[in-house]
Amino acid sequence: MKQSITLGKVTKFMGLGFLSTFKDLFTGKLEKEDFKNFLRKVVVPIASILLFIGLWHMGSKSLYNIEAEFKIEKALNDQGPAAAEALRACIASGDSSCQPNTLPSPSQVWGSFESLLRDHALISADKAAFIEKTAALNEKRLAEGKDAITYTGRPSFVDQIFRSLKTVFAGFLLALFIAVPLGIFIGLSPTLKSSFNWFIQIFKPVSPVVWYLLVFMIVKTLLIDSSEDSSFTISFISVGLCSMWATLVNTAMGVSSVDKDYINVAKVLKLGNFQKIFKVVLPSSLPLIFTGLKITLSVAWMVLIAIELLAQSPGLGLFVWEEFQNGANDSNAKIIVAMFVIGIIGFLLDRLMLTIQNWVSFDKTDAI
Amino acid sequence: MSTIIENKTKIITEASGFPSRDVMLDLKDLKKVYPTPKGDYVVLEDLNLQIRKEEFVTIIGHSGCGKTTMLSMIAGLNPISGGNISVLGKHIKGPGPDRGVIFQAPSLMPWMTALQNVMLGVNQVFPDATKGQRNDIAKYYLQKVGLEDAFNKRASELSQGMQQRVGIARAFAIKPKVLLLDEPFGMLDSLTRGELQDILIEIWNKEKITAVMITHDVDEAIFLADRVVMMTSGPRAKIGDVLDIDFERPRTRKAVLEHDDYYKYRKHLIDFLEH
Ligand SMILES: Nc1ncnc2c1ncn2[C@@H]1O[C@H](COP(=O)(O)OP(=O)(O)OP(=O)(O)O)[C@@H](O)[C@H]1O
Ligand SMILES: [Mg+2]
Repeated sequence: MKQSITLGKVTKFMGLGFLSTFKDLFTGKLEKEDFKNFLRKVVVPIASILLFIGLWHMGSKSLYNIEAEFKIEKALNDQGPAAAEALRACIASGDSSCQPNTLPSPSQVWGSFESLLRDHALISADKAAFIEKTAALNEKRLAEGKDAITYTGRPSFVDQIFRSLKTVFAGFLLALFIAVPLGIFIGLSPTLKSSFNWFIQIFKPVSPVVWYLLVFMIVKTLLIDSSEDSSFTISFISVGLCSMWATLVNTAMGVSSVDKDYINVAKVLKLGNFQKIFKVVLPSSLPLIFTGLKITLSVAWMVLIAIELLAQSPGLGLFVWEEFQNGANDSNAKIIVAMFVIGIIGFLLDRLMLTIQNWVSFDKTDAI
Repeated sequence: MSTIIENKTKIITEASGFPSRDVMLDLKDLKKVYPTPKGDYVVLEDLNLQIRKEEFVTIIGHSGCGKTTMLSMIAGLNPISGGNISVLGKHIKGPGPDRGVIFQAPSLMPWMTALQNVMLGVNQVFPDATKGQRNDIAKYYLQKVGLEDAFNKRASELSQGMQQRVGIARAFAIKPKVLLLDEPFGMLDSLTRGELQDILIEIWNKEKITAVMITHDVDEAIFLADRVVMMTSGPRAKIGDVLDIDFERPRTRKAVLEHDDYYKYRKHLIDFLEH
């Protein structure tokens, strides 16, 4: 059987169907009836983005004015008219030392984004230089059986993104390896199902903060002699425990609701337990399991920020917290940059899961 | 003429049996009770039926009389409340591949290909054969049902009729002693239904596996069967009447339709159902 894979199919498969409309636009393949579609899929989204940025811009501008007036008023009351005038001049000049600290405008956020990238380039260069410098020395140290010297400089924003991704994937894998097997057992046995139900119902709504504290108590004790930094371990375990419930519930539900006909076929053929699980039960519950995993990944990403912050584990969460504490005048803009990065990565992770889900699932009806 | 037929059926039911070495399937005083909130519901009671080796029996009866219940009990998928069922003289215990089932819904694993679906059973029943031999068995039966071009098509991509063909191939490929069919063509359009009847009877002519098939279609019942078994309406349904179909085999649909006895058989069955 021949299967042609076109750009259109692939993008549609990934839930990015609107990209192919773009392609048609440039290759001139757009037909009259497509115009409405084009309007709906391209023009309106772009317009909505522009509208959003416009509203944001105006909003931040008026907040800026309110804050500025407030500051000047305060200076007037506290220090007299001369100080107030000086402050007004200072604010108007755009000097960064006296700017009102409020919601940053889109252009400020874009500026911070660029500066974060420049910062990353600097740090990367620094790191590369360090590695080059210590290469010979490290080789010698390793030969002597000592530990290599590693770069301990400040991580850049991009490094922190990758660190967060690492934590979230570790947490996700933990959730996968706990929730899927456990879900299968629970789903296969009605007794287990009813006896585990209270457990699931109670632990499912527990907040990430509490999970973190619980894991903290346990891991701290277990790793009491270990010199290594436990913040990564604590944060990924907390993320995993927090996010695994959707997968657990969905797996159990999928396994326990396998079509009765399939089970009858397995019975007539006298399939062994192993065969029954791997050839019949699991494949038929895969769509539900994947829906669970998709929720798990997005929950993991969502709670990660809070947990990194609590665990003081480097990553986007800690970045946001440090910038907030820092209170420098571009801190707010950096926090908004982080917000967008978090949102966009969350969206991409979701698309990734959707792609994998479409790949493995047997009924090709669009899952959302 | 009709009295002759009636006499014949009388003789068979009254004699209540054949030489026991010829009996493949024996239902004795079979009883089924479903517990319901309003008390026990007795679906079947004192149901006795013997089916010979290499016999094709069709079962008709009103909707809800307990045909599926009886068939799933023979398959071992539904517990027996009283009496017993034996295959070749041995009481059955639970389901097993000696009793193949073709369900009303094709119930193929949609994530597997046609070949994998048939192989699932073949692997299980012939564990000592080589991989190649098992593949050959599965492919042979898929060819028999006219699916030589669809070995590697996913079951979910096949039409209903094609799926049911795979179901037939899967059932024959495990070489059961008894084949149980519960309205296997009930969900198909009449054209496909006719095609599949032909395919079924063609394979059956070769393999001569004892077959018990439930159907709602009187013509289908006559065309396929050596005997048509009529069940009384529930509750407490039992065998009401048995009709011998004396057409020679192999049969063609045309020959059957043109046969003098055809309309007598048909009338007999319809009279039974309308009472
Ligand atoms: N699990 C069950 N629990 C309680 N009652 C049941 C159960 N299964 C079937 N019944 C009842 O038993 C009776 C016989 O059902 P069965 O499915 O065997 O009928 P049938 O002859 O196959 O009908 P149809 O021709 O419509 O397929 C029906 O009245 C049905 O409601
Ligand atoms: Mg039925």
